[in-house]
Amino acid sequence: MSVMVDIRSVHKSFGSLEVLKGIDLAVHTGEVTVILGPSGSGKSTLLRTVNHLEKVDRGTISVDGALVGYRRSGDKLYELPEREVLRQRTRIGFVFQNFNLFPHLTVLDNVVEAPVSALKRPRREAVEAARRLLDRVGLADKADAHPRQLSGGQQQRVAIARALALEPRLLLFDEPTSALDPELVGEVLDVIKDLARQGTTMIVVTHEIGFAREVADTVVFMDDGRIVEQGPPADVLDAPQHERTRSFLSKVL
Amino acid sequence: MSSDTLAKASSAPGIPEYADSLPIVPRRRLGQWTAAVAVLVLLGLAVNSVLRNDAFQWDVVADYFTTDAVLRGLWLTLWLTAVVMTLGFVLGALLAAARLSANPVLRSVSWGYVWLFRSIPILVQLLLWFNIGALYPHILGVRTVDLLGPVTVAVIGLTLHEAAYAAEVVRGGILSVDRGQIEAAQALGLSRWRRWWRIVLPQAMRSIVPPAGNMLIGTLKGTSIVSVIAVQDLLYSVQLVYHRTYQVIPLLMVATVWYTVVTSVLGVGQHYLEKHYARGSERTR
Ligand SMILES: Nc1ncnc2c1ncn2[C@@H]1O[C@H](COP(=O)(O)OP(=O)(O)OP(=O)(O)O)[C@@H](O)[C@H]1O
Ligand SMILES: [Mg+2]
Repeated sequence: MSVMVDIRSVHKSFGSLEVLKGIDLAVHTGEVTVILGPSGSGKSTLLRTVNHLEKVDRGTISVDGALVGYRRSGDKLYELPEREVLRQRTRIGFVFQNFNLFPHLTVLDNVVEAPVSALKRPRREAVEAARRLLDRVGLADKADAHPRQLSGGQQQRVAIARALALEPRLLLFDEPTSALDPELVGEVLDVIKDLARQGTTMIVVTHEIGFAREVADTVVFMDDGRIVEQGPPADVLDAPQHERTRSFLSKVL
Repeated sequence: MSSDTLAKASSAPGIPEYADSLPIVPRRRLGQWTAAVAVLVLLGLAVNSVLRNDAFQWDVVADYFTTDAVLRGLWLTLWLTAVVMTLGFVLGALLAAARLSANPVLRSVSWGYVWLFRSIPILVQLLLWFNIGALYPHILGVRTVDLLGPVTVAVIGLTLHEAAYAAEVVRGGILSVDRGQIEAAQALGLSRWRRWWRIVLPQAMRSIVPPAGNMLIGTLKGTSIVSVIAVQDLLYSVQLVYHRTYQVIPLLMVATVWYTVVTSVLGVGQHYLEKHYARGSERTR
């Protein structure tokens, strides 16, 4: 099976605080990887390095065979011009904890924006595709609403549709349900499960253990900037090898 | 949950079970009524005294209100305001961008500019520019006095002053936009230009428009300061007339009424602009 995301000995510091202390991780095409870990362990930072929202200090990340943010020439890595980075990002969808929908645009325009302006799709085509996507996340009737008129769960589903509009090869979710009221979590997880069934490659940071057990092909447990253990959910969740994993799971379960 | 609270409230001592069916008698607001009446009476007295006082010479005001000299002055005031606002905000936006950039040189220069031009009174600045010929008799081989007439000096002086304030207004507007908006736009691969025009600026406008509207009105009236360098704006035009006719008060009234009219029109425009940029901020449709 081919590797979609290949993360090799990635290090990242903010000032004197080392947040990622050498991360190695491979995500296979068509698989769902769930990242668990306590607050501050570096999960968001790792996810953000994958689409170069955060630059790494050391190590490399490749997505779909291409280095993210850099070009290799000989034994040096050259930073790519912004235009190239932006083009790479259009193949990676990112869904934020706080949705980050554009509040001044309608739901439809939120979804249409990137295909039209970043991929230069004709607007009419993009609008048709956007309506199909909104239908898929169950929000066909909300196309003309503004984001603030929607519930949190609906907003997050729009955000997923917006990410899908670029037809990305990879989807990244950073705690997609953490900002939601408990009764709204299910509707968002259902959309993500649906994507998983269709073979979308995804990395999901979440605290929803049930979701991980049901959907993940691989569960990764991070603590203090390192991957402590990883494997199929049955191993990591039900028979963790490490004390830190055990104590974390006992707290969240 | 809300039905819980209701249940609790209705079983509280002193409140009968059927309290929700009783009519509500609003509290008496005697103080408010007295204040309103007092203010209206005072206002009436003031208006009456203005209209009844012959010294205002309202007939003279009417005579001069639309004379050529006054309208020419009004026109100069209007376009000077428009030019100064536009150039001021363009320069201000650049200064704000410089101030928010990662480049320390640009940041300090922008900071220094705002510091300097907010420190110099506009009157002093205008007089300095007006007399710049004393410092630089020639600019690019042309005599400075020929190059910088009073109107040019007025545009330059007012614009530089305006830009310092506009820079702060624009910067505040940009900072008011949630950082997550820019990240989302970056994650979607939107170009720097598109992020700025499509995502950041429209949202920044919500906090830029109200102070900018204030500045516009302030600038409209502030342009009257150019009368000190003999630029024939609205104020200077009526001054020229009353220096001849000695009808000081009615001619000042001409200018006052015109300033009020234009300010009101601008206020209406600002209202609609604010509504436009508030799109999407309301929950109900
Ligand atoms: N831009 C930044 N500047 C400085 N420190 C940062 C920055 N971003 C993150 N950090 C720090 O890096 C550490 C890891 O943060 P990160 O957001 O990756 O954790 P996390 O595992 O996602 O936590 P959570 O579950 O709370 O979201 C934290 O200590 C955080 O304070
Ligand atoms: Mg996080």
